[in-house]
Amino acid sequence: MTNHRNRYPARRKFLKQSAALSAGAATLAAPAVVLGQRPAAIKVGVLHPVTGALAVSGVPCREGALMAIEDINAAGGIKSMGGARLEAVLGDAQSQPQVGASEVEKMNEAGVAAIVGAYASSICLATTQAAARHGIAHIVDVGVADQIVERGLKNTFRFGPGYRTVTQVAMHNLHVLNTLAGKPAKTAMIVHEESLFGTGTANLLAKELPTYGFEVKEIVKHANPTRDFNNIVLRIKAVNPDIVIPANYYNEYALLVRTMRQQKVAPMAIYSVLGGAASNYRFVKEFPDAANGIIDVNHWFNPRDKRVPALRKRVESKGGFFVYEFFMNYTAMWLLADALERAKSAKREDIIAALESSTFANHIMPYGPTKFVNGQNQGARPLMTQVLRSDIKVIVPQEFREADPVFPWKA
Amino acid sequence: MLELSILWPSIANGLATGAIYALVALGLTLIYGVLHIINFAHGAALMVALYGVQLLFTRFGVDPYAAIVVLVPAMFGFGYVLQRFVIARASHGKDENILLVTLGIAIVLENLALVLFTADTRTIETRWSLATIDIAGAFIAVPKAVAFVGALAAAAILLALMARTDLGRAIRALARQRHGAKLVGIDVEHVFAMSFGIGLACLGAAACFLLPAYYVNPTVGNGFVLVAFTIVVLGGMGSFAGALVGGLLIGVVESVSGLYLGESLGQIGIFVIFLLVLMFRPTGLFGSKA
Amino acid sequence: MSSALRVAAPIAAFAALFALAPLAVASDAWLNFIVLALFGALMAQSWNVLAGFGGQFSFGHAVFFGTGAYAMAVLQVRFGVNAWVALPVALASGAAVGVFIGALTFRYGLRGSYFALATLAFAEIFRILANTFQFTGAGAGLQIPLTKSPATLQFDARAGYLYVALAFVVAGLAVAGWLKHSRFGAWLQAVRDNEEAAQALGVDVYRIKLGAIAISGATMAAAGAFYVQYLHYIDPALAYGPHYSVEALVGALVGGVGTVWGPVVGAFALHLLSDLTRNAFGDVPGVNLMIYGALLVLIVMFAPRGLAGLLAALAARLRGSK
Repeated sequence: MTNHRNRYPARRKFLKQSAALSAGAATLAAPAVVLGQRPAAIKVGVLHPVTGALAVSGVPCREGALMAIEDINAAGGIKSMGGARLEAVLGDAQSQPQVGASEVEKMNEAGVAAIVGAYASSICLATTQAAARHGIAHIVDVGVADQIVERGLKNTFRFGPGYRTVTQVAMHNLHVLNTLAGKPAKTAMIVHEESLFGTGTANLLAKELPTYGFEVKEIVKHANPTRDFNNIVLRIKAVNPDIVIPANYYNEYALLVRTMRQQKVAPMAIYSVLGGAASNYRFVKEFPDAANGIIDVNHWFNPRDKRVPALRKRVESKGGFFVYEFFMNYTAMWLLADALERAKSAKREDIIAALESSTFANHIMPYGPTKFVNGQNQGARPLMTQVLRSDIKVIVPQEFREADPVFPWKA
Repeated sequence: MLELSILWPSIANGLATGAIYALVALGLTLIYGVLHIINFAHGAALMVALYGVQLLFTRFGVDPYAAIVVLVPAMFGFGYVLQRFVIARASHGKDENILLVTLGIAIVLENLALVLFTADTRTIETRWSLATIDIAGAFIAVPKAVAFVGALAAAAILLALMARTDLGRAIRALARQRHGAKLVGIDVEHVFAMSFGIGLACLGAAACFLLPAYYVNPTVGNGFVLVAFTIVVLGGMGSFAGALVGGLLIGVVESVSGLYLGESLGQIGIFVIFLLVLMFRPTGLFGSKA
Repeated sequence: MSSALRVAAPIAAFAALFALAPLAVASDAWLNFIVLALFGALMAQSWNVLAGFGGQFSFGHAVFFGTGAYAMAVLQVRFGVNAWVALPVALASGAAVGVFIGALTFRYGLRGSYFALATLAFAEIFRILANTFQFTGAGAGLQIPLTKSPATLQFDARAGYLYVALAFVVAGLAVAGWLKHSRFGAWLQAVRDNEEAAQALGVDVYRIKLGAIAISGATMAAAGAFYVQYLHYIDPALAYGPHYSVEALVGALVGGVGTVWGPVVGAFALHLLSDLTRNAFGDVPGVNLMIYGALLVLIVMFAPRGLAGLLAALAARLRGSK
């Protein structure tokens, strides 16, 4: 197992470095009053659940945001504001909505200009509301529940897609894939986790699949955590669907897929929608046999963007994996930087206005130019990937295709 | 919709899963039976043991079953020290304080793991991790079948320990009559600590059997605590046979109700059984205390 | 009558002090802290009624919290009932669930750890049920609309929430004071100290315990209802999960069971501890919680009768040394 210890020293060093830099900059600037003062750092709230049940996702979220800040500052900061640097104000939502909301209050008092976070939908609901109270722009990094952007809050901006979009794209893509292969698949079975994300996704899938000609033979709901998937796999065996559609978190996803392999259950495709481990480099590395062939429709970066390989390498050299938690936050921070550039001000209302009219296109996601309507980025979309030869490749849509899909999958 | 073809595999799998639950519950029932404390740190201790197995495998290439030899004594020592020098000292013997202390210990252990190992889930892959054995049509994962045998063996060893050794007699005496035991010269503190140590040693064994079929992360223990408590009460607090039978029973109930009611709603089967037992046979299946 | 005054005076002082807080405290973060600490105090008080005064430790107190929360949410979202009307219904639901659980467990003689674990089982059952039915939103939970209007028990300014929470806590203090000095309370404490003896003395143990669990259930349901109005969202894990069960019992135990002020002191102390450790050590995930856990153990070590007990002992020593 890779040593994860060296992840933290890099970050602590970063914070100490930035403190030293700003201190150094301050002393340099003091006698340089003739040349013009160094602008004050712009404080940005970085709020994620880095302890508790969601820590496994919250930590890479935070790291993505921090690496972006590091890169933005290294590239000269916010040039339209005299090279002002971004300064992170860290918050831990402790995997609970009320703690997240409390951290927002603290960030407000610390004078943050904007907040990026808070990963989980239930936490985002609370944090965006709390931020709205103080007119602080809140960029939602992941939080896929559609309610987040449907409450009419002016300060909430979600750069990535919500689960309605993801599910619709997933259905459409499945239809495309199936049609191209001669329509071999007719039946499906959904296995989902029982909370907001899984239930919402499953409901949408159950509604959409029949319209594309698929029969949903069974929907199985399971708890978080589930200690054993044998029963569910037995059911899959008995129902014998052409496609199994899982929508759950990493641990359960991994257990399900391992158990399927153990019980020699091999459908035409394991087709995930926002699959917990399906497009996760860590999972592919640890279970190459079980992971091979799995298709996922999930948050993914633009595979044609030249900056990605270097970024991915930096993350992996620190012992991490280039997971969606990381690059969603990385991009969200750059979105904010772009808004600051255009706003030419760190005032909260200016930032909100700048985000509202944002056309940010210079990012690593496959969204094209940004356009927010009611806080939702219209261009946001997931990509369809498949695990092929122990690597994750984009298969749909055509414009980002890296490899031809293998459907149905032959074990 | 009784699919007989999957009813037997479901039961067989339930027994195998139940065996792991039983291993976890064995330690808990001893701790409760003797010390009368509800050990909130039991799940966290299981997590510690699981990390132990994982590290031994990845750093030193020790097979998880071989690791039993290391883990059982290590967890015993850990438990002894914890009870003698932390729990006993901090709680001054009061029940409600013990609750808080074990809760505090659980929080410390869980977050220590988070700091040391991060929240990432870790698994181990051995040659036989994915292998199954065919038991009359049910494909049971090899690690689970081994766990079943292991649970039986562990229960047998514990019963023998209680019945045949001086320590066992002292523990039983202490469980029944705390003051009387002191009067006959039993070193109460020592025996309490030994009991707690044995309780955690069971977790060491449980972890060796569990990890090949499961995973470890800082919060993994939480998923077992509730079930373990249920089994302890169901089987009768302080009864090893009860923990074993209770564990197997709960495993089967969980599996079969999952089959009929769906995995999510099926979890309710465990708690309904639990309440029914409490109401109609509060001492549990094998409990002796009224 | 003077004993009533002795009990009421500090409560009135407490109420006045916190009622003035919004005027004195400009920081929104601190006001939020106070609101959440009061919320924690309410839960600890509720647990204390059943455990401290009644001697019945509950590990599944969230069963009442969730009931109150869902009652509030369901009435508003599914039936369009006004929040102020829903509130007493939520409290009544908490009491009703209390009576239901009490009837089952007390009738069958469940006590001590058995009772505690039974409440835990109930909490889990309710959680699974809430997760199953569309009525409660199943896994997706329920979100109440953001109105920010006092007409629907929501407030734009934090002070409004503070007053509501304060009102509940003051009521809780009054109930605790009443339990300490009333006849019902005396019976309840007699049951706590020795149930058989109380029975022999003619106390209707069953009804007294039912009364206690009803009160406890209603107050915890109030906390659940408040949560929904404050955070606007509830789901089965938040409502019935172990988190608030633990918060309720830790607050009461740390503060001092069986006392009037213990739960309030305990809740405030724990929230302060949690906030301070999170602020001071928030950089490396987990370090702050490790310190929190360690401090919890230390508090128990040095204040075995709870913080209220510690304060009382200090006060006694000061008085003695004068």
